[in-house]
Amino acid sequence: MASAVTTEMHEVAERYPAVLKGSLRKRRISWLVAAGIVGYLMFAWWFFSIGTVFANAKWDIAGAYLADWVSYEVRPNIDLREDHLEVKFTRFDPLGPNGNPDWLARETAMIVKSAPQAGGAGGGVSSSSGSFLGPAGGATAPAGSDGATPIPSAAATPIEPSEEVVRATVDFSGAGTVDIRPDRVTVTRGDETLVLDIVRDVAVNAQGPLPSWATQRSPGDKVVVYFGVPGRAEIESDEVKIRHRFLGWANFVFDINSPFWGKSAGEVFDLVVSGDRVEPSRSNLSLAWNNFLYNAEWQHLDVWTKLLETIVMAFAGTVLASLVAFPLAFIAARNIMPNRVLNQVAKRFFDLQRSVDMLIWALFFTRAFGPGPLAGISAIFFTDTGTFGKLYSEALENIDDKQREGVRSVGASPTAVQRYGVVPQVLPVFLSQSLYFWESNTRSATILGAVGAGGIGLKLWEAIRTNSDWENVAYMVILILIVVFVFDNISTALRQRLISPPGAAS
Amino acid sequence: MSAITETGRPVKPSLSETGGLVERHWRELAVRRRLYSLGGVVFLAIAMAGSLWFANESNAGKFFDRLPHLFDFLGQLVPRDGWEVWRAMFDLPSPYDDGSLKYNYPEGRAYFTETLYVPEYLYLMVETLNIALLSTLIGFLLGFGLCFLAARNLVANRWLRFFVRRFMEILRAFPEIVIAGFFLAVFSLGAIPAILAVSIHTIGALGKMFFEVVENADMRPDEGLRAVGGNWIERVWFGIVPQVMPNFVSYALLRFEINVRASTIIGAVGGGGIGEALRLSIGQTHEAKTLAIVLLLFLTIVAVDQFSAWLRRKLVGDQAFEFGRGG
Repeated sequence: MASAVTTEMHEVAERYPAVLKGSLRKRRISWLVAAGIVGYLMFAWWFFSIGTVFANAKWDIAGAYLADWVSYEVRPNIDLREDHLEVKFTRFDPLGPNGNPDWLARETAMIVKSAPQAGGAGGGVSSSSGSFLGPAGGATAPAGSDGATPIPSAAATPIEPSEEVVRATVDFSGAGTVDIRPDRVTVTRGDETLVLDIVRDVAVNAQGPLPSWATQRSPGDKVVVYFGVPGRAEIESDEVKIRHRFLGWANFVFDINSPFWGKSAGEVFDLVVSGDRVEPSRSNLSLAWNNFLYNAEWQHLDVWTKLLETIVMAFAGTVLASLVAFPLAFIAARNIMPNRVLNQVAKRFFDLQRSVDMLIWALFFTRAFGPGPLAGISAIFFTDTGTFGKLYSEALENIDDKQREGVRSVGASPTAVQRYGVVPQVLPVFLSQSLYFWESNTRSATILGAVGAGGIGLKLWEAIRTNSDWENVAYMVILILIVVFVFDNISTALRQRLISPPGAAS
Repeated sequence: MSAITETGRPVKPSLSETGGLVERHWRELAVRRRLYSLGGVVFLAIAMAGSLWFANESNAGKFFDRLPHLFDFLGQLVPRDGWEVWRAMFDLPSPYDDGSLKYNYPEGRAYFTETLYVPEYLYLMVETLNIALLSTLIGFLLGFGLCFLAARNLVANRWLRFFVRRFMEILRAFPEIVIAGFFLAVFSLGAIPAILAVSIHTIGALGKMFFEVVENADMRPDEGLRAVGGNWIERVWFGIVPQVMPNFVSYALLRFEINVRASTIIGAVGGGGIGEALRLSIGQTHEAKTLAIVLLLFLTIVAVDQFSAWLRRKLVGDQAFEFGRGG
């Protein structure tokens, strides 16, 4: 059976070779197209020197930037002093300048600090760390007093004993710990332990070989230990830099200067509903709302205003363009306006407007009106008048002539013929096309902003170019995506109503 | 209903009862229609007025203050003489050369040999065109690969379809400028960030149009192939692709027109090509250079549009111009 079919197949194939093989020309064309594509890709590889650019790309930075979208780093620096430590947070740290997180355990002791100019590294408190390992919070710890006496003569007057951090332990969310003492840093990751001896201001020396998760350029240089996602630590001879990463957006609601900062949602709610006024002059609710809107890191109010500008640019530009293109399209349509010269003039005018890039209009109007949404509206308006004019006049040229004839045959005036014979046919198509562009203009308006034509584009671009505000970029992108999706759905729903057959409507 | 007969003309007694009912019904519908239209227009007018007021308030210069000066800037764009534009375009030395950036036309020449060179702006224009072409090609190839997985008539698995469609939607809606900015940080300045940004958007945009074409394809060839035991790839390749290819190419050409514009804009924010040159020369009021670039861009876009329109008409006939109707 199968063999019979096979033999017959061969016979058929021999009889009609052209059908099964396709013409030689066709096959040759498809090969030519494939070869052309491959050839062009090779040309592009050379033209844009893609290989070199990819080789020189900063891929490691790319990962950190991507992580910044959805996470933040807390970056305390722990200065190694002669016999104590100084934990410092920068002013812009997510935890504020006086952060005291529970993953950074500090052990304190009463010690006498030698004056900074006292001798070299060798002088000062010689007994160093070993004796200071008493329990934390030993307010009257006598340990400090014994070592304090042998101060070199060159030193200035001794200073009162004060409570200082002598040991800090950083816990990287369970991935590992870094235990820091003024002269020794112990790093634990899993069951591996790395002990680093610090010769202050001179060198960092590892005891034993470095594990795979630690790097050191040359002996004595700084050591970087990695804990994966939770962060890393850089151990230098005078300080330890902690980079601890947490998932989420830091201080999204209140910034560190707000009285509501660091409080849980319940606490804030209680304060707002029944708490005493934080500021006597106004209610807690208005203060909280104000603090939220003017959050220094996230700038909610500014972002929302700029987003509204973008929406307004797209909306006003599209509507104005539709209004202006509507009458012009009637002039350009061959079957409506019999004057060929006017047809051609209108059509070439549309071409001109379309062909001048939206970028050119945007730059031009940014010069004319100054930066802001007016420039964006004008740019969209000028480009889209051309686009709509072309689309509308094409729709007009495709109308069904019978309705027009019917209206004309009962003796209607020319205006009435257009109004009742033409407009009802094309209006849904016109509106549908305008809606389509409304949605796509919302996207273009975002980019236009970056060249100064108003809207969220510039803010977005500034946040991108700082290379450190990727979480703000993510926030704005999410807002833009929401707006685009909402408009997309509105526009699709309206268009489906407009162009669905009359029977389906109402 | 009674209110309508009171306010409108009374129903003529000559009509029969059914006739009167029909007329009343028609009037009711007409009034409701008019009310809807009026409501729509009023809503649009209010939204427009609000938008324009808001735009004017938040703009750096106010509309009516700036309007008289609108053409001041055009006045600054008049070159010293008509030949300056051509000198700027073809990098010929200017007689007004005073060593400033304004007249240093020959400096941007890209030399092939000792004497043979490509003028700077032509080279940048070619670069921008290549950005658009390469991104359209990448978008076409990847969109082609994805679209069949999103088509209802080819993939029965609802979740796969859902996933592929949402993926393409995200690619399409993700602001190009963010992608460009991110890759600018990784690759530093150059054309590659622009290519990646435009390609990613193109994959989503073309993918969506492609799968809609595939869903409207004639399924009889597919049925035939299924009957003789063709697997999924064979069915798609021999049953669907030959039907949809002309439409695909037509959409890709349309996308190429859009991408030429998009890559100039991306160029203006650091993606290389002619966009950046234009932004700089407008910003520094180099009139001859600006005019040369504007002219070059204009001619290029007209040429690309005409070529693409011609090719599309050859491929799919007049339906190529049904734009914005399908969705």
